[in-house]
Amino acid sequence: MAEPMRIRATMAGDVADVKVLMNHPMETGLRKDAKTGQLVPAHFIQEVTATLNGKEVLSADLGSGISKNPYLGFKVKGAKAGDKIVVNWVDNTGDKNSAEAAIG
Amino acid sequence: MKQQIVKLLAGMASLGIALGAASVQASPEQDRQDLIKYYTSKYPNVKIEDYVYGALAFDADSKAQYDAIMEFPPFESELDTGRKLWETPFKNGKTYAECLPNGGKMIAGNYPMFDDATGKVVTLEGALNNCRTANGETAYKLGDKKTLGVLTAYMRTLSDGMLMNIKVEGPKAMAAYEDGKKTFYARKGQLNFACANCHVQNAGVRLRSELISPAVGHAVHWPVFRGGDNLVTLQSRYEGCFKQVRAVPPAQGSTTMNDLEYFHSSLSNGLPMKASVFRK
Amino acid sequence: MNALRRNVLKGAAGAGTVAVAVAAGLLKPTQAMAAWNKPAFEAKNVGDAMKGLGVSAPADSKDIAIKAPDIAENGAVVPVEVTSNLAGTTSIAIFAEKNATPLVASYALAGGTEGYVSTRIKMGQTALVRAVVSAGGKSYTAAKEVKVTIGGCGG
Repeated sequence: MAEPMRIRATMAGDVADVKVLMNHPMETGLRKDAKTGQLVPAHFIQEVTATLNGKEVLSADLGSGISKNPYLGFKVKGAKAGDKIVVNWVDNTGDKNSAEAAIG
Repeated sequence: MKQQIVKLLAGMASLGIALGAASVQASPEQDRQDLIKYYTSKYPNVKIEDYVYGALAFDADSKAQYDAIMEFPPFESELDTGRKLWETPFKNGKTYAECLPNGGKMIAGNYPMFDDATGKVVTLEGALNNCRTANGETAYKLGDKKTLGVLTAYMRTLSDGMLMNIKVEGPKAMAAYEDGKKTFYARKGQLNFACANCHVQNAGVRLRSELISPAVGHAVHWPVFRGGDNLVTLQSRYEGCFKQVRAVPPAQGSTTMNDLEYFHSSLSNGLPMKASVFRK
Repeated sequence: MNALRRNVLKGAAGAGTVAVAVAAGLLKPTQAMAAWNKPAFEAKNVGDAMKGLGVSAPADSKDIAIKAPDIAENGAVVPVEVTSNLAGTTSIAIFAEKNATPLVASYALAGGTEGYVSTRIKMGQTALVRAVVSAGGKSYTAAKEVKVTIGGCGG
């Protein structure tokens, strides 16, 4: 159901520059639907984890204050080209998504 | 009354009085050069190449946000949807790429194009719809974000880097150009504003919280995704402008709109195309 | 599963219960670690949100750089980058102080991840964007004002 997440990971010196774009509406629960006038229920990613070759390098808790289609950039020292980055997220409804990329 | 004005205008013209930007029969290239001269004398520190960024060329803080967002634009999935539409063959098995010149690549800067056969301006959206109807499909509704919008959002990226190259050749094309120019410079709406009042005379100036963009460089970067994922096509934006000056917008795809796009696009001749960008 | 996880965590006076649950196969280790900090994210002011994160009176630090606009182009998508030059940075939290729920995100960094995160946040109104960094067991903070206007044009 959820659309794929995109990961771009490139080496800059000995640091991996990782950029992730998730597809998610990130509804706060405070927004009213323009047509019905009803509150749109909260629906947002709560947890994001990233691993490098299976080892956790980042674990984030997100609130609904993150923009729609969340963007996350981070940098990992000591990584090398070809290493595998895996990113997982879980939202407040239990929906999940996962994607992986090799560092280019 | 009307006759008097016409007589007055004719009189002024015969006396060789220039009506400023509204003077007739200047060549499109001359019009473009005149505008560039106007802008660059007012803003000597802003390079014309940067006009493709619109108002962002005048504000480093805004441009930095644009750069940060374009790093990984939130509208990538919309472009993907557009790519699927572009690649999906018509029911007869043919594709848009087969229907358009050069497989649809590096051509967006030639549009809008004056079609001598029909005596009308054809926008890129119009050309895509012509492909549809020529292949037995129904035309998409102009301004529909979910179909033609995302299709052009992707298709125009195939021309990124091409220089805008609008040709105005022959008297009929010139008449269409002049019609677009008239719309651009004519005051309209309850606020009595012309396009030029904002985008020529007040480009680079703040209108309340808004920094106004110059007309040169406008046409190269559509559609835009406002706020990250709200797709707006160029003619939808024109509609917005008409409404903002409290005028009734002409229909998208009408001669008035297409001629306006023809004139307006020619002002960006020589600037690189860059489709599907972030705007606030 | 979520409810079970929360109950297990709530009931865990010490780490023992979790360990038992993990051993019994009720919880996978990653799930137990990733409990979303509900009290912090639902807090209505910065103080309560910090309390939820276990932070009190963080020291101002010039070693934290916040790259955020002076005037947001669009409050729905405000790019924010936080760089911590503090040695041993283990977490970065971002707050938009006047949002209905100010805590926007909290990042735990491990295994070679530098003291840096980049994201895009929503801001309801002009406010301080605050970063709180944990480094070497202590908390540090820096803030930058971002003005939010309501715009109508853009081309």
